[in-house]
Amino acid sequence: MAKAELMDFDEAIEKYEVVIGLEVHVELNTNTKMFCGCANEFGEQPNTNVCPVCLGLPGALPVVNGKAVEYSIAIGLALNCSIAGDGRFARKNYFYPDLSKNFQTSQYDEPIAYEGQLEVPVASGKVYNVAIERAHMEEDAGKLSHVGGVGRIQGAEYSLVDFNRAGVPLVEIVTKPIFDSGAEAPELASAYVRQIREIVKAMDVSDARMERGNVRCDANVSLRPKGQQRLGTRTETKNVNSLRSVENAVRYEIQRQAAILAAGDEITQETRHWHEDKKYTSAGRPKSDADDYRYFPEPDLVPVQPTEELIEEIRTRLPENPASRRARLQQEWSLSDNEFRDIVNSDLLDEVDSTVSLGVSAQSAKKWWTGEIARIANLEGKEITELSVTPEDVAEIEKMISAGKLNDRLAREALSGVIAGEGSVAEVVSARGLEVVSDDGALTAAVDKALAEQPDVLEKIRAGKEQAAGAIIGSVMKEMRGQADAGRVRELILERAKS
Amino acid sequence: MSEITPENVRHLASLARILVTDEEVEKLAKELDVIVESVAMVKGAVSDDTPATSHPIPMSNVYREDVVKPSLSQQQALSNAPDQADGKFKVNAILDEE
Ligand SMILES: [Zn+2]
Repeated sequence: MAKAELMDFDEAIEKYEVVIGLEVHVELNTNTKMFCGCANEFGEQPNTNVCPVCLGLPGALPVVNGKAVEYSIAIGLALNCSIAGDGRFARKNYFYPDLSKNFQTSQYDEPIAYEGQLEVPVASGKVYNVAIERAHMEEDAGKLSHVGGVGRIQGAEYSLVDFNRAGVPLVEIVTKPIFDSGAEAPELASAYVRQIREIVKAMDVSDARMERGNVRCDANVSLRPKGQQRLGTRTETKNVNSLRSVENAVRYEIQRQAAILAAGDEITQETRHWHEDKKYTSAGRPKSDADDYRYFPEPDLVPVQPTEELIEEIRTRLPENPASRRARLQQEWSLSDNEFRDIVNSDLLDEVDSTVSLGVSAQSAKKWWTGEIARIANLEGKEITELSVTPEDVAEIEKMISAGKLNDRLAREALSGVIAGEGSVAEVVSARGLEVVSDDGALTAAVDKALAEQPDVLEKIRAGKEQAAGAIIGSVMKEMRGQADAGRVRELILERAKS
Repeated sequence: MSEITPENVRHLASLARILVTDEEVEKLAKELDVIVESVAMVKGAVSDDTPATSHPIPMSNVYREDVVKPSLSQQQALSNAPDQADGKFKVNAILDEE
């Protein structure tokens, strides 16, 4: 599919006001599904976590998972929403093969949580107050895979459906339109999703792994000429599965729509799909009859009426909110604004926090996560959470460095081995033979060899120029493939020079 | 005095994926009209302060414990499927997206 014409981003921002709206779906990590006792598990054999309810067999009766209601209330409270004292489920009717019942059990005019707000800081230091319209409970659909053709939807010969995910509890969080973010709109969108992810992760109501679809974002974007009151026609970009994608997709839509408007054409109101590999959106279904969902109250489920006591009890159980947690951590770690923002913007707060709690200094933990690990993730085009490296691994490496068993270079090599899936730090170090050599026998031999090869350097050292030892250390390091204990080598050289 | 037009019926039928003949459209329009009128009558009988009643039985907060119950086997799940492959339901390719 051909890429659309794009306007330069800065020019687009100059000419148009950007309005964005975000819908985030959070998959809850309850043990069971929303309306039946099937296990809520990822990656099982297809169609094994299914029953008459989630397969939509005739006559099957749903019963609400009480835990999912509590989790939804917790999310609402964390987003500073009001909680509905009387809420209901509704049927959203449409046909799609991944929807077993031909309707999705959702909430319509009586969501469990409404009218909230979330403060979202961005890199410039500006804090946006994002207004939340609602957060409602619903269920996930099954998973479709397309067979034949080129593996994409288009040209597929047939599709296969696995209903293990059908009925998994979801909370959909919808913002009000966000104005005035201008050039920061793409960054704000991803910072907002990151914050939602942080919140649900901290509350442990979701596994919050975007690469697994636990947190998904649909991004609405519209533009209007500066000064115009009426909102422009919007598009809704789906399939935005990473924080990077959220930012890229919003940026792309701004540039695409700006080019269309500047050419005097109209934006088609439609769903678009984001392609992270090639960094563009393609047109999906236009808004049509199919969006006439004919919502009506779900007759098989009774109203959800949480008591004040329950709501207050859940409120007392809420963990520290991310903003105050960040303030606390920055102070505890004695990091500068810039250093700390580096961690937050790389979405590594949890990783650094866990690493620090394993006894590593904040500076070192930051250095590993935002340095070498981020570099490798970037190189492989992955999210850091997708790499198989844990805070425990980083702590282990730091421990070996302090014990003099690894130097910086060897530590980086050990890390890349762990990320390559070669095993634990200890296993990689032993398999690749990475440990620093501090055994005097081997080191002395290498030192003697280097001194014999460079008698002029030896003379200089003897004449009192100790810094000349650097050249010998270099040769020894080269000889020992970087695995010599540099401090010990230096001592040996000086000892030899004096003898 | 009919409020439901044949066009309304055709629209609803297409949303519900039901094929209707012209004859059926005429008949259904009349029947739906009666239903709409009946509802209008009920509407007229209640005052503004009567809450909407989606659930006639005064019952709320019926919940299930979050405890896993046995599911069907894959074989059972697929036993009524018109077609299947790789343990999944096989359906026509979806062509209206992308
Ligand atoms: Zn089930």
